[in-house]
Amino acid sequence: MYKMNCDVCVVGGGPAGLSAAVAAKKQGAKDVLIVERDETLGGILQQCIHPGFGLKLFSEELTGPEYFGRFVAKAKELGVKTLLNSMVLEVGENTVTCINGEYGACEITAKAIILAMGCRERTRANIVIPGTRPAGVYTAGTAQRLMNRQNEMVGKKVVILGSGDIGMIMARRMTLEGAKVMAVVELMDFLAGLTRNRVQCLDDFGIPLMLSHTIVDIKGNDRVSSVVIAAVDEKKQPIPGTEQEIECDTLLLSVGLIPENEISTNAGVELSPITKGPKVNQFMQTNIPSVFACGNVVHVNDLVDNVSTESATAGKSAAMYAAGELTADGAIEVKTGENVRYVCPQTVVPTEGKVELYFRVMKPQKKVELSVCDGDTVLVKRKAIKVNPGEMEKLVIDAKDVKSLTVSVKEA
Amino acid sequence: MKTDVLVIGAGAVGTAIARELTKYKLDVTCVDMREDVGGDCSKSNSAIIHTGYDAKPGTLESELVVSANPAYDKLTKDLDIPFERIGAILPAITDEQFEKLPEIKAKAVKNKVYDVEFLSKERILEMEPNINPEVKGGLFIPRESIIDPFLFVVAMAENAVANGAKFLLSTKVTGIRKEGDRVVGAETTNGYIEADYIINAGGLFCDEVASFVGKDEYKVIPRKGQFYILDKNTECKVNHIVLPIPTATTKGKLMTPTIHGNMLVGPTAEDLDDKFDKSTNKLGLDSIRDDVTKLIPNVKLQDTITQYAGLRANRNPEGLNIDTYEDVKHYVNLSGVRSTGLTNSISCGTYVANLLRDMGLEMVWKDNFIEKRKGITRIKDLPKEEQHKKILENPLYGNIVCRCETVTEGEIVDAIHSPIPATTVDAIKRRLRAGMGRCQGGFCGPKVIEIIARELGIEPKDVRKNNSESYMVCGKVK
Repeated sequence: MYKMNCDVCVVGGGPAGLSAAVAAKKQGAKDVLIVERDETLGGILQQCIHPGFGLKLFSEELTGPEYFGRFVAKAKELGVKTLLNSMVLEVGENTVTCINGEYGACEITAKAIILAMGCRERTRANIVIPGTRPAGVYTAGTAQRLMNRQNEMVGKKVVILGSGDIGMIMARRMTLEGAKVMAVVELMDFLAGLTRNRVQCLDDFGIPLMLSHTIVDIKGNDRVSSVVIAAVDEKKQPIPGTEQEIECDTLLLSVGLIPENEISTNAGVELSPITKGPKVNQFMQTNIPSVFACGNVVHVNDLVDNVSTESATAGKSAAMYAAGELTADGAIEVKTGENVRYVCPQTVVPTEGKVELYFRVMKPQKKVELSVCDGDTVLVKRKAIKVNPGEMEKLVIDAKDVKSLTVSVKEA
Repeated sequence: MKTDVLVIGAGAVGTAIARELTKYKLDVTCVDMREDVGGDCSKSNSAIIHTGYDAKPGTLESELVVSANPAYDKLTKDLDIPFERIGAILPAITDEQFEKLPEIKAKAVKNKVYDVEFLSKERILEMEPNINPEVKGGLFIPRESIIDPFLFVVAMAENAVANGAKFLLSTKVTGIRKEGDRVVGAETTNGYIEADYIINAGGLFCDEVASFVGKDEYKVIPRKGQFYILDKNTECKVNHIVLPIPTATTKGKLMTPTIHGNMLVGPTAEDLDDKFDKSTNKLGLDSIRDDVTKLIPNVKLQDTITQYAGLRANRNPEGLNIDTYEDVKHYVNLSGVRSTGLTNSISCGTYVANLLRDMGLEMVWKDNFIEKRKGITRIKDLPKEEQHKKILENPLYGNIVCRCETVTEGEIVDAIHSPIPATTVDAIKRRLRAGMGRCQGGFCGPKVIEIIARELGIEPKDVRKNNSESYMVCGKVK
């Protein structure tokens, strides 16, 4: 078995892992190693050839490859090491086990480990669409990979289920490649993704968005031949009599993402039942002190800029931990108040310095006040015209001496 | 083309017959209209090797199933496929069900299945803590076992090939030629095959094949079974095959671990007209939920990773039949092979071999029959040091393509070049489970297409999911 040592080992070389590695190096960690399963760094951003990345972080509109390219350049400059084509099979408190075609089975010993494996797409089975099982049913991200990395056209007449960002971006992408996108069908009565994507990807191309609709049947024995859609009631149940059949050869699913945490669970990392990602404190530290986590493996983000920021925190903290400079005792739970689905980090250690609390609302709401309270004391508040489950919110607090924390969204 | 025995159908039964016949000095050919072995029913069912405890006593089906079950320990070892005798539990949830238990045990004895045991409520809950606590007691059938049904068929087929059998896939029989009162060959989409003997193991389509020799005494009535497969990580699991007490109309829906550690829940039983209708529907899937929660109240169907439907080749009038005819000599017709067909496939093999001898075929044993078949080495199952060695020999074993089921590129290449070549996305999936995990091929699908195209020297647009119309991609982007 091939053995290696490092201070900080980062599992995953997507935007989260890259940002974490760069930050760890900047913090002074000597050996920082990224283990990546793909043949190149960049993760899913490699297939995101559309612009729209970096507005927050660089005040520029970059494509996915341009965005992660900046981090790859920085990582190189700082001397971050990489182990590509390597699938991690197991993570322990201080070990990462992976296999690699060149070195065989490898065991890496690290003072701190950062989990940055990202997420996977929810599938047809997760949402139980009955019907046949023909070719031509793809998750939106899989179709995006086929088109943007492998240059393969997935179909010509397309229905998209789910108004997530990848689905809308693929609606535009496929239209530009000459496919006919018949409709984007959304179960909820509101958009799942970013409003800007609806405008730029659907409205600008005249692609119909059908809210409060779902797919109740898939037809075709070989390749998809049609799908049957129906309107849904308040309980999200199809309304009989509203069915309509749409002829198509492809069904793309953009029905949500799930953090990919099989490795974390096996390592004994505690997960949040809501985000399905590790529970972390403001240092992005999990219940195992030497294991940190960042990016979509923790909670699914809508902007990569947020991922980079959060992951830099993880990288910095992991480097401090590796150097014996991080103590994080006495964490308090961050409570979710009115109309808040989850907050990340889930716990905060009362200590000097600013802490960014990222959170999502449960349902869309207009004219609201977002606040963080410590008991009856309002630590910070901000007004917003509207909030949406598809768009992450952020409030920054001073974590010194906090005794309890509750994040709420109330009518202003 | 010319062969001694032509077997029509490469499902479990056809393949088992072909394999059995390769023990003799015979030229054996097996044809199937599909692109891969495994047929319809043989690859999508509840994946159980039955004991026959609940068969109709005195029937051919009872005889064949009961005699087949004990053979699986050795056979699965010889064929290098996973098999586990986990046993089945029949819990009686209601008093009415409890009163039926002696009758079920008595029937088992009539079927010569003598090892069925009574279980107390306490014992059941000890063995299966997730069973409905209302349980009154139940039965234990120790030799009910689990298997990977597709791997079983492919392993038999590969072993048959190693022993000289030919498998012609994507070859549909369109007619059977007779001379006088005997058959002499079959017309197929790949040309005429001259055959001394013809065995109809056409499963769902065996009535159509029978019509080619003028026989129409039965009709196949496909009986659909819908299933859920749950994630290996689902919280609420069972350790045994948990079967409901059958009612007058149905055997009911079960929950069982699969040989790969997932949970299998189902099936429905719906009689159809359409032999191609393998769709699932809300009604069926909801009925599984309703029924199985009576047995296992906490089953988490939200952890489903896929749903599918299989068709059993039931016939009307019902019953497993192996027929020969005075007016159609050199021909054997199998029909009514249903849920027990996977189990009794191997006894169908010996039974048919015997019939052929009775019909006058010269059956001389081979001295050099190869009993053992070696499957594709699964990297994930190797100890770390051996993994390391394998990867250093061939770097493709270090490239994991399917992350959910840990399948390497090397294994995929092995499957593509195996004795029954895996040439489609589903063929790879069924052999190696790439794409069968929780992401359902989201990550590995595009890579599998690339690997198949490269290994077969074809364009990605010519790669199929399974049959000829099921294209995965439709050409290059602009």
